[in-house]
Amino acid sequence: MSSTASAHAAHGDPHGHGGGHSGADHESAHGGHGSHPSYVAHHFDTAKQQFDTGKFGIWMFLVTEVLFFSGLFCAYLLYRAHHPEIFIYAHHYLDTKLGAINTIVLLFSSLTMAWAVRAAALGQKKVLVWMLILTLACAFGFLGIKYIEYSHKIHDGLVWGRAFNPAHLVEDYHGPDPKNVHIFFGIYFGMTGLHGIHVLGGIVVIGWLLKRALRGEFHSQNYGAVDFVGLYWHLVDLIWIYLFPLLYLIH
Amino acid sequence: MSDSQLATTSAPRVHAAEPEQNYLNCSRGFWSWALTLDHKRIGVMYLAGVTFAFFLGGVFALAVRTELIAPGYTIMDADTYNQMFTLHGAVMVFLFLIPSIPASFGNFVLPVMLGAKDVAFPKLNLMSFYLWVTGAIFFVAVLFTSGLDTGWTFYTPYSTTTGTSVVFATMGAFILGFSSIFTGLNFIATIHMMRPPGMGWFRMPLFLWGLYATSLIQVLATPVLGITLLLLIVERLAGVGIFDPAMGGDPVLFQHFFWFYSHPAVYIMILPAMGVMSELFATFSRKHVFGYRFIAMSSVAIALLGFLVWGHHMFVSGQSRLIGMVFSAITFSIAIPSAIKVFNWLATMYKGVIWLTTPMWYALSFLFLFGIGGLTGLFLGTMSTDIHLHDTYFVVAHFHYVMVGGTLIAFLGAMHYWWPKMFGKMYNEKLGAIGAWGVFLGFNLTFFPQFVLGTRGMPRRYYNYEEWEGFESLHFWSTMGSYLLGASLMLILVYLIQSLVKGKQAPVNPWGAASLEFTTSSPPPHFNFDVTPTVGEPYDFDDLVFDAKTGGYVRQEARNS
Repeated sequence: MSSTASAHAAHGDPHGHGGGHSGADHESAHGGHGSHPSYVAHHFDTAKQQFDTGKFGIWMFLVTEVLFFSGLFCAYLLYRAHHPEIFIYAHHYLDTKLGAINTIVLLFSSLTMAWAVRAAALGQKKVLVWMLILTLACAFGFLGIKYIEYSHKIHDGLVWGRAFNPAHLVEDYHGPDPKNVHIFFGIYFGMTGLHGIHVLGGIVVIGWLLKRALRGEFHSQNYGAVDFVGLYWHLVDLIWIYLFPLLYLIH
Repeated sequence: MSDSQLATTSAPRVHAAEPEQNYLNCSRGFWSWALTLDHKRIGVMYLAGVTFAFFLGGVFALAVRTELIAPGYTIMDADTYNQMFTLHGAVMVFLFLIPSIPASFGNFVLPVMLGAKDVAFPKLNLMSFYLWVTGAIFFVAVLFTSGLDTGWTFYTPYSTTTGTSVVFATMGAFILGFSSIFTGLNFIATIHMMRPPGMGWFRMPLFLWGLYATSLIQVLATPVLGITLLLLIVERLAGVGIFDPAMGGDPVLFQHFFWFYSHPAVYIMILPAMGVMSELFATFSRKHVFGYRFIAMSSVAIALLGFLVWGHHMFVSGQSRLIGMVFSAITFSIAIPSAIKVFNWLATMYKGVIWLTTPMWYALSFLFLFGIGGLTGLFLGTMSTDIHLHDTYFVVAHFHYVMVGGTLIAFLGAMHYWWPKMFGKMYNEKLGAIGAWGVFLGFNLTFFPQFVLGTRGMPRRYYNYEEWEGFESLHFWSTMGSYLLGASLMLILVYLIQSLVKGKQAPVNPWGAASLEFTTSSPPPHFNFDVTPTVGEPYDFDDLVFDAKTGGYVRQEARNS
């Protein structure tokens, strides 16, 4: 049976391609039977296949993101295991209050992002636009607070490598003498910096979503992009949820 | 359907004089290629790109071999020599071997074999091509700035202290990594989501299983290389000190990070090659591939086990003996799925009707060379022998037998197998066989003496050796072999390009293969198939018979009815 099928394919079934399609009108060449809406790319059969493929792809991308960060988490783990005193000592320099506020800001932005996905799926254009604007505002807020933190650290000489030159020492610390405290700040700036770059990336893609949302491109049959960016945003949030206790709340 | 019907309707597409519509001529102009989303054109662009990279890496290799032909200064000083072998390794690994088969032939063939219209994310596909180009530009920038002399492995602390263009090279490798990740992601999504009805997992041609396993590694391992290189860049530019022992950092951590990617990367290079082999052995033995499920699953097994063996590169780095034993044991276990493949290919040929075409010569070369490459790996996976062989020419010979004898041979085999499909032209079969034999002999002459050099104590990466050491004649023959290899490769390039101009029109199915890409015209139309194909058994050769009219193979029933 299978060989019969292949035989047909081998010669290109002469009855199969009635319509004259010369490479020029590609889009119509294989649109299939009837409806192939403009938001479904030519190589997908249905909107559902396109949505599922996109979802599969974004999850895989998130796996690569986790692995990308994993190198830094490994470095953290290793140095913390070998030199716990550096981490216990140096974390006192971090501003837990600002870190906590930023955690709340990001958690709230995850809520608004999730709401945006729901609004897109239900075709509520106005809600979608507002939720995206709120999410963007949170992202900018997060970076603003991070900027304040960074500038304090840099001002006090709390940086990586040989430039490490603290303006003051930690007072309430009673443990072994920590050497190479700059390693902590190398890891701190590495992890939060890479996270910050991801927040910036999030701002770009959410801005792109906002532009498309204002044009009214999203509706219940076509809201994949919002969903996928949403997943990315939740991951950025999740990574911060790990960074906050690992860097700020050490005891 | 009758013959008369064929003649009136579909036959003109097979052997007509007037040019037919296909993916090559459906649109013209620079931008129709530069901005194409067609996986076939992207595959062809990749093929041109990786071939150029291979040429570049080959020139460096010949420079290295020429320097080593005799003791003392031959054509370059020691610093230039260090740059040459570094650039040879880095260009070959990052620009050629890793993207070679998947990005060129994989891109071209994967959707067609699957019966799909394109890969899942065509724009991402184009983007990964341009990332490859950008990475390549960075490597060229290295050439025109202060060069690179760290070895392709970028080991710290040397790479953080040398005055050469480490940042350009690592930026290049970083960007190439993303190209590789996106290709892998695209392939996995395509194989999962774009299979047409009837194409079950175990009805996929084995090349697709090879690509699937490769893509898993690309997606799971490459991000770790990305962050490692980023840390190296930050270390160099900002002096973070994470890998610098003088600042409390750990240089061996870099080695762990690096090999966590780079060992699996070895399987990125070899798994697609093995996939090609499964196609070649079945097609040219005219016999159903033996042990389909075992070959398919052994690809996945190799991909997964490959993540657990990186420590065998570090037996002499001071890691604990226990860890060394664990890594050694897991390394040996990879021999099992590799051997499963080799024995299954042998069993496929057994009592088959072996047809010695150019691709089949490459397949037989692969079996022989990969066999030697794999078995010599056992000496390096054993800690007690590795202590002696570590960093000698034995290692160089071993991985060249796998990377060249495996991946390059399979790349050439794939090129000769799919060339008629990609460009619609047949090449000169006699020159093809001469080229294949030249590559085989030249390769062995180059690298077999290096096993002997290694066991006699010649360290790798050395600029010089003394006359009394007795390495001279072995080095001489090795260099001669490299010239023969280079000349054979040039011959191949020449007759392949000539075939584009003067070659005979290729039939739909020149080899009598049973997978779907050989059911569409050569070259395929823009959307791969004029009619969505019905999926059959990929290794059913029974009723494929030669059709003198087209010069290719057709299904018997179609011919007789």
